Amino acid sequence: MSEEEERKKKFLSEIGLNIAKLLNDFGEVELENVEIKVSDLEFWIQPIIAGLTPPKALVSPKAKPKEILKEEFHPPVMSYPGKIVEVKIGATKSEGGTRGKTIVIGGETTPAFYLFESPPSHPPVISIDVFDTKIPLAKAVKIHVEDVLEDPAEWAKRAVEKWGADMINLHLVSIDPLLKDTSPDEAAKTVESVLQAVDVPLSVGGCGDPEKDLKVFEKVAEVAAGENILFNSVTLNMDIKKMAEAIKKYGHTVIAFTPMNMDDARELNRKLYDFLPKEKIVMDTTTAALGYGLDYAFTVMERTRLAALMGDSELQHPLSSGTTNAWAAREAWMTMDPKWGPKELRGPIWETITALTLLLAGVDYFMMMHPAAVKTVKEVIRKLTSKEGVEAEKVYAWINSLKK
Amino acid sequence: MPKKTLSPTEIYKYLPKTNCKECGEENCMAFATKLVNREASLDKCSPLLTDAYKESYKALWEMLKPPVKEVALGSDGNVVKIGGKLVMYRHELTYVNPTAIAIDVSDDMPEDELIKRVKEIESFSYDYIGQKLKLDLIAVRSALNDAKAFGLVVKKVSSITNLPLILCSLDPNIIEAGLIEASSRRPLIYAATKDNWKEMAELSLMYKCPLAVFSPNDLKMLKSLVKTLKEYGVEDLVLDPGTFWNGLSETINNFTMIRRSACKEEDEFLGLPLIGVPATVWMEPDEIPEVTIWKEACLSSMLITRYADALIMHSFEGWSLLPLIILRQNLYTDPRKPVAVESGLKAFGSPNEASPVLATSNFALTYYTVASDIEAGKVNCYLIVVDTEGLSVESAIAGRKLTAEKVAEALKGSGVESKVNHKTLIIPGRASRISGEIEELTGWKVLVGPMDSSGIPKFLQEKWQKTT
Repeated sequence: MSEEEERKKKFLSEIGLNIAKLLNDFGEVELENVEIKVSDLEFWIQPIIAGLTPPKALVSPKAKPKEILKEEFHPPVMSYPGKIVEVKIGATKSEGGTRGKTIVIGGETTPAFYLFESPPSHPPVISIDVFDTKIPLAKAVKIHVEDVLEDPAEWAKRAVEKWGADMINLHLVSIDPLLKDTSPDEAAKTVESVLQAVDVPLSVGGCGDPEKDLKVFEKVAEVAAGENILFNSVTLNMDIKKMAEAIKKYGHTVIAFTPMNMDDARELNRKLYDFLPKEKIVMDTTTAALGYGLDYAFTVMERTRLAALMGDSELQHPLSSGTTNAWAAREAWMTMDPKWGPKELRGPIWETITALTLLLAGVDYFMMMHPAAVKTVKEVIRKLTSKEGVEAEKVYAWINSLKK
Repeated sequence: MPKKTLSPTEIYKYLPKTNCKECGEENCMAFATKLVNREASLDKCSPLLTDAYKESYKALWEMLKPPVKEVALGSDGNVVKIGGKLVMYRHELTYVNPTAIAIDVSDDMPEDELIKRVKEIESFSYDYIGQKLKLDLIAVRSALNDAKAFGLVVKKVSSITNLPLILCSLDPNIIEAGLIEASSRRPLIYAATKDNWKEMAELSLMYKCPLAVFSPNDLKMLKSLVKTLKEYGVEDLVLDPGTFWNGLSETINNFTMIRRSACKEEDEFLGLPLIGVPATVWMEPDEIPEVTIWKEACLSSMLITRYADALIMHSFEGWSLLPLIILRQNLYTDPRKPVAVESGLKAFGSPNEASPVLATSNFALTYYTVASDIEAGKVNCYLIVVDTEGLSVESAIAGRKLTAEKVAEALKGSGVESKVNHKTLIIPGRASRISGEIEELTGWKVLVGPMDSSGIPKFLQEKWQKTT
């Protein structure tokens, strides 16, 4: 016997005992009829020495089944005490507005697209961004809107007719005192022109200056009374009372915007409840681009939605996402080494994947920009809200039937 | 039974309580806390590994074992671990073992093409905040349905790459031809089905390789197969409930139901890693290849979000893989770790009294991006990192976390005033709207920098020389 074999044998006799003991300890197997090869033992033993192996890995072959052992599967359904409120946006003639249709979002009773628990609620909607003044845009987006950059009404029309926007987000960026400082009256005129150009429900956004936004929103609310516009947005640093009163008085709806913080989101909602019914509030907990904080945006939204379903009544609102922020990622617009492909594809897929990730966190209202991203996300929403039926037998053949 | 949350006290009960510090912690209670937070592993406690504590070890192992089993693919230094998930939602703790991405090759490819593709998969890499994002696995498909051809291609692939493999065929004879060439590398066998499970189980046991179980859109059958295979002695199993573009809802629901059964109901048969096959979109490709690549990327991204521990993809394009590897990195970061870097003054290169002073936010991604752009441009400068509570410049401006007051405070606190002989501050392009207020508050002249930090070197070249 070689030294090597001797060592192996000694090793085996030493650890063999331990194995028998271990196996007995777990009461899993009798050793009598089991043939153990050296290689098997080494395979089993090694991890124990490392101290990492699960005791269960020591299960030795039992009588091998001859037939499939049947098991039942029960969908792991849970019940949730909470429900997301339904928020209606827009108003038709009979409701005091001029929109061709209204849109309802929210109403979820389970996490996003858990069809095994309950049928889908209202499908998420896509609203396309339109700006009231020329702003810097990524080239991939610009080529689609170059001729309408200074004509928000035409831009809105194209978004609805050509790209199938469910809604329009009109961003009044020019009201910024540091930019054009457009007056509330002028801004309201722009809103009216867009309301005339398209008949989908409208969202109106400001410039981020809490005082100027309030002034403009108050004017727009009055001029477009009864249209049930979705105002984007009210923030903690605004005069919440004045803003909420304008919303209420003229029959509108509002997005409550907070920067990625659930406590701030609760606080803002609580303050709004003093003036507005819950059904008038959509929440936006901030969207960061894929690669630039999307994980935080995703987790805040997922946590918010789960907490709402578990009964946190201050978070039971539909979620809004400024998905266009995806374009802030440099991978979306920068010319890169050719191996990363043309930015004309990288940009829209960046926006698409940012949207799809947040769709699965529970977002109900997407503000988007690129036509291809809009088209894809619409298709995915349609797919996720219905059971399409699956050709299960066919997919067995995938291994040798990929074409290209 | 839903899994209850562990407390350090429960864990402590089973520890030696000797405070021997061999684990590197001050005492056993501190070690227990680390264990609960998954920041330490049991084997760090050497007394636990002795015979005397065998029962405690067993109890602790049961308490701490993840609801989703961890399965290792590959051998030696080239191992990719999949599964091992501790929670369903990342905020509940953190996700471990990022979704392993496999790109396929097949036995009908011309050899030069095959070699080129394997080499490209292996060298694929993207630098992202100090990390190299890479692909993980190669899936070898039997396209010709021929054992000999499959054996040859597996042999070839094994000889040119160390990446762990997935061997794909539903024919046990073909799989065995591949295993003969590569079993020592411990590839994943793909796959056992309701029709071939017995033969595949034998192969898995004989060659000691992990086994995927494929039961498209039939979770009852999937569970039955797992039960049968476990009874057969196969422990390292990976689940494929089927991936369908036409049937996306079913796909996402199946993945979700399986993961919930594992994490919330401790289902012993479904507590296994999940593998998705977005490559199936290529069974009926669009006339325009980009459309199919696009679909495959979308499907992959949703499966990364919804619990896939491994993916098999067919397209291999930079523009579609880049968002996927970044999404994966994002979702698998530890949500407990702060997003912010330390605020304060940083010096780049060797700045002197005439060097420019820039400002940015303390969001980790912003900071690393700006820092790498400054370094790439070989610029000597000072950078004031403003505490924006971990928000990017754009979000911080919108959320009032980056204000003129904050900048003024940071400027004062940085002490940069005594280091330079000028009073000019360069702020990010996205913070332009507060430039006037900063000038008023600080008395410094403000230059509005580029919208993206990649423009910093050029900006300084053009503007800085002129201003000073």
